Amino acid sequence: MTMAFDREYFHLGVLDLLSRRDTCVHRLDPRTKVIATLLFIVTVVSFPKYEIMGLLPFLLFPVLVFGLGDIPVWLILKKVLLVSPFAAFIGIFNPVFDTEPMVTVSGIAVSGGWISFLSVMLRFLLTMTSVLLLIATTSFPGICHALRRLGMPELFTSQLLFLYRYLFVLVEEGMRMVRARDMRSFRGKGQDVRVFVSLVGTLFLRTMERAERIYHAMLSRGFTGSMRFVRTVRFRATDLALLAAVAAVLYAFRVYDIVGAVGRQTERMF
Amino acid sequence: MHMADALLSPAVGTTMLAGTLGTVAYCSRKLRENVDEKMIPVMGVTGAFLFAAQMINFTIPGTGSSGHLGGGMLLAVLLGPHAAFLVMASVLTVQALFFADGGLLALGSNVWNLGVYPCFIAYPLIYRPLTRNDGSSGKITIASIVGVVTGLQLGAFSVVLQTVLSGRSELPFVTFLLMMLPIHLAIGLVEGFVTAGVIGYVKAARPEILESVEQSRPLPARVRVKRVAIVFLGVAIVAGGTLSWFASSNPDGLEWSIEKVMGKQELSKQEGRVASVLESVQEKTALLPDYDFRKPAGAQEGAEAGEPESSWPAGKPGRSASGIVGSFLVLGAVLCIGFVVKALRRKQEG
Repeated sequence: MTMAFDREYFHLGVLDLLSRRDTCVHRLDPRTKVIATLLFIVTVVSFPKYEIMGLLPFLLFPVLVFGLGDIPVWLILKKVLLVSPFAAFIGIFNPVFDTEPMVTVSGIAVSGGWISFLSVMLRFLLTMTSVLLLIATTSFPGICHALRRLGMPELFTSQLLFLYRYLFVLVEEGMRMVRARDMRSFRGKGQDVRVFVSLVGTLFLRTMERAERIYHAMLSRGFTGSMRFVRTVRFRATDLALLAAVAAVLYAFRVYDIVGAVGRQTERMF
Repeated sequence: MHMADALLSPAVGTTMLAGTLGTVAYCSRKLRENVDEKMIPVMGVTGAFLFAAQMINFTIPGTGSSGHLGGGMLLAVLLGPHAAFLVMASVLTVQALFFADGGLLALGSNVWNLGVYPCFIAYPLIYRPLTRNDGSSGKITIASIVGVVTGLQLGAFSVVLQTVLSGRSELPFVTFLLMMLPIHLAIGLVEGFVTAGVIGYVKAARPEILESVEQSRPLPARVRVKRVAIVFLGVAIVAGGTLSWFASSNPDGLEWSIEKVMGKQELSKQEGRVASVLESVQEKTALLPDYDFRKPAGAQEGAEAGEPESSWPAGKPGRSASGIVGSFLVLGAVLCIGFVVKALRRKQEG
């Protein structure tokens, strides 16, 4: 249990470290990356249920970001595999309910359910990788800044920044509490709801006291309700050009059957 | 029960995202009007607290399995519904980005399912009325259990509705509902109990925190409930209208969103023209020539496969064979590009 706790904490830190690298992907305006990621996800998700071949070319986007952004592939893939299995859990029912044979691959009839399940898993891979790559190439404060500039209320983005700043502090505090509880619990005693309630209650009270101290400290340093950024990233011509290119390629991948064309072309050659 | 990008259609995803963004804007404005900027650090640090609290688990009596805190209702009681909603949205944003819980498009659905119901239905319509007269611990327990269960059931129902409307899953509506609701009833009972415990703990140690929440919004309950109900009805009608219209006409998702932007008829005309132009270009460059390809490979494979009961029309087996060839080639090409880019980078760095 504590292991899981440590691991999650570790992952937060790793992604934060990755986001501080300095590559051409990292240097882009965060707004560009947020918008491009959203466009990518919406396009991927817009394919009809039984689509597999049309989704494959989209792998080009994460592959390019992995390469250009110098992001370790296995680290991200491991995280994708570890995340919430909800999509797989729901998708696996497709083969159960949809048993109509649809395609034959070397003599074996494959039902529509398996095709749509594969499609769901492919979507899952593409969308999850793109989100993790977004945060690995854009710092969290950068994303908050982008959200602010894209019109999110300032109050929301300010407290999002606070959340991130104190996340590590409070997770460490929670980790200390769990460790202390586990060291005092034998044969599963003391892991029950009663102890949990007082742990969480204490953590909350400490949190409120901490918030008060932070507020006073910030007031004395001239806090007026808004967070300021020192580093200003500008939306340059390259950002605009890149966004346009991404949109054009996404549209082309969405509209044209690239895989089918390549396949037919190859068969014609042989 | 995080909704996932992979199960959403663009129409459902963007509708939920729009609803969530609207609620975030509404809550931010409300808070700006009513409270001072002290709330900003309090909310931020409380979000971090919820994160830490969700990582602490406990054993559920009698089952031996472990549970953890969801927290929407708890925050609504401790901070008030508007601040609680924003904190829930923030926590889910961090989870979506760092743990890929659900994804970016699904964030809208997740914040809606886990934030709106506890903060704007369960809290004002159930918890507040039940604990209005006196805040005895028995009343708090009942109110939080009923409140949390209601919030979670609505959330689970919402997940089912979004999944079914998106049409990526084959699960029938009722089957899915019967899977989700009982599980979330059990989770809700446990979480309601825990929530009551934490509220009681805070009330005993620092009663002024809870009192300040109740006093900071001195609006009479009736007005608030009415207002919330009206906002809700509006949002529900808009969302429901959009969704049902979408579900009934059921066009392709991307087309739907393009139609939304450009207007319906213009698009079909324009697209037709663009498509015909591009088609002729294709014919000329012969990258995407005619639909079928010459007999040998595909036809043989089709004959070998020889399965009569396939719903695949004649000639199509060839298409699927070429599709598989094409898939491997495209995958190979994508991987090659990846390796080349990586090698170039290495070289550049020296």
